Amino acid sequence: MSSISPSQTTVSPREIFTKPRVSDRIFRGVLNVMSFSSLAILTLIGSFLMLRGFQTFQSEGLHFITGFDWNSTVNDGVETSTFGLGSMLIGTLLISGTALVIGVPLSVLTALYLNFYAPMQIRKFMITILDLMAAFPSILYGLWGYFILMPMAEYWAKLLNKYLGWIPAFSVPQPAFTRSPFVAGLVLAIMIIPIITSVSREVFSQTPLDRIQAAYALGATKWKMIKTVVLPFGSGGVVGGAMLGLGRAMGETVAVYMVLNIAFSANLKVLYGVGGNVASMIVSRWGESTLLESKALLAAGFVLFMMTLVVNFLANFIVKRAIKSGK
Amino acid sequence: MSDEMKDGENMSTANVTGSKALSDVAANRMKDRMPGTTPIGTGLEARNIHAWFSKHLAVEDVSLDFNAGTVTALIGPSGCGKSTFIRTINRMHEFIPGAAMAGEVLLNGEDVYARGVDVTKIRLKIGMVFQKPNPFPSMTIGENVLSGLKLAQLKVANKDDLMEDCLERAGLWSEVKDRLGAHAGGLSGGQQQRLCIARSLAVNPKVLLMDEPCSALDPGSTLRIEETIHELSKTMTIIIVTHNMQQAARVSDYTAFFLSDGGPGKLIEVGPTSEIFSRPRDQRTENYVSGRFG
Ligand SMILES: Nc1ncnc2c1ncn2[C@@H]1O[C@H](COP(=O)(O)OP(=O)(O)O)[C@@H](O)[C@H]1O
Ligand SMILES: [Mg+2]
Repeated sequence: MSSISPSQTTVSPREIFTKPRVSDRIFRGVLNVMSFSSLAILTLIGSFLMLRGFQTFQSEGLHFITGFDWNSTVNDGVETSTFGLGSMLIGTLLISGTALVIGVPLSVLTALYLNFYAPMQIRKFMITILDLMAAFPSILYGLWGYFILMPMAEYWAKLLNKYLGWIPAFSVPQPAFTRSPFVAGLVLAIMIIPIITSVSREVFSQTPLDRIQAAYALGATKWKMIKTVVLPFGSGGVVGGAMLGLGRAMGETVAVYMVLNIAFSANLKVLYGVGGNVASMIVSRWGESTLLESKALLAAGFVLFMMTLVVNFLANFIVKRAIKSGK
Repeated sequence: MSDEMKDGENMSTANVTGSKALSDVAANRMKDRMPGTTPIGTGLEARNIHAWFSKHLAVEDVSLDFNAGTVTALIGPSGCGKSTFIRTINRMHEFIPGAAMAGEVLLNGEDVYARGVDVTKIRLKIGMVFQKPNPFPSMTIGENVLSGLKLAQLKVANKDDLMEDCLERAGLWSEVKDRLGAHAGGLSGGQQQRLCIARSLAVNPKVLLMDEPCSALDPGSTLRIEETIHELSKTMTIIIVTHNMQQAARVSDYTAFFLSDGGPGKLIEVGPTSEIFSRPRDQRTENYVSGRFG
């Protein structure tokens, strides 16, 4: 064997090049264009709303968010107006909050049932039903809510008010229980159950088997195991799923429009038949709006756009992190 | 304590190949402790155990007696049904969809598979330590030790004493006593495994099943766990699956050799550990313990 002396020349790594196939390049190009086009459309929508609403933002300033009055009158061709979205923002939070309070526990219980208790056949059947529910057009929920749910909900609302009326949120200034935020929240809750259930099921099913076994080996019942292992593991995912549901609930238009008495009054009483949300308010005003008001409605659209964007972005972030890390 | 340390050193230097050396190690161990003489703990009998995964028979007709206060090692090549067998003992086998079993497991003379037996109570009496350390990561070290009480809804008079006692017996107390409130994920693999042992001790089991508890650990941690097993065997019955023949020789009173010839796993032979390593009756055992296969 000949001895090898240390080499004096410095070696730099070779460039490794793989010539992509033409079909690959075309396919990649198409994908690039498509993914960029959705981003471009999103940006276009956002900037369109921003530009059209700009005049309102300028004249109203912070009042557009914090104000509670929404008027425009035309006198001798001169339009005087004041636009405050405050009551609609409160309404949006109130009914989506109601939807979450009702929808999240139901979804989590459904997900636990499907993952840990349901026999195979029932599980498959229920998952199909939930997927169907997610795909239903919201007008169907609106119609069902109006004709079937509302009369029932009115009865429940009266019961709630009778026994829990001492809590400010459950009190009413007058006995007007129809078309309340409570009813709208109920309809929304049913609409967001599929998405929250599906995300929860996904994270629950990722629970590491060795932790589940550890709990059982310590004499845990199934429910105790779920409480100590599955729920702590999946809590991040449930929060993310709830945020996705919130994103849908905030933007819901038609179903809310049908079951809610939309009015510009800052109502925090969930059983009282007055409320609103930004999306359905835009629909309800659009047809008869004056020039200035239509600009204000576009500005409101921009606010809704930003809210939805932020909530969905956060939701995706939380869900991804929960599924990947698993704590 | 100093005695133990010497023991430990013996163990690490006993790392010699060949069944002759192994039988010496085992004989050495037997001198200070005759099997079956410890009155504490609970006897366990497995009778004609069969275990299936769907249609696949994985364990066929295994009968083994485990005397109170003894350590029994289960050895054999992988896939011969050792894990499946011990998982039938504390009824963990039935969690696998399609799993089935036949035979009886008698704890203090009572069949753990009998109708009307509360399976969660069985698992309290027969604890288990797994191959991969699996502490609950969302809990602190202290909470992990006591987690069994919460899971099984047991009450104890003094939780702090129990926690210290369990950690002490698992040989972990001195290392974690200043950070009981820290999360368990920060411990080393060996410490996590001893934490899992402490956790299973807290519900006061009579029998402890250990499925290759050291296979994911470094030699130092392995030694610590073996010392722990030695201590625990004074108060309970232990069944340990191991791939490591030295370990079987060091920790066990009895050794059972399992083998599968492509079909279901079967018990080939069982006896005092020193005999299994010095003069096994079956040629296949001889081949295995002398390292000729597996
Ligand atoms: N969850 C399972 N599903 C199906 N077959 C399994 C499962 N676990 C183990 N087996 C089979 O049972 C046999 C025994 O496995 P195991 O008890 O894990 O062996 P060992 O612990 O001795 O290595 C093997 O043939 C294995 O493939
Ligand atoms: Mg195994």
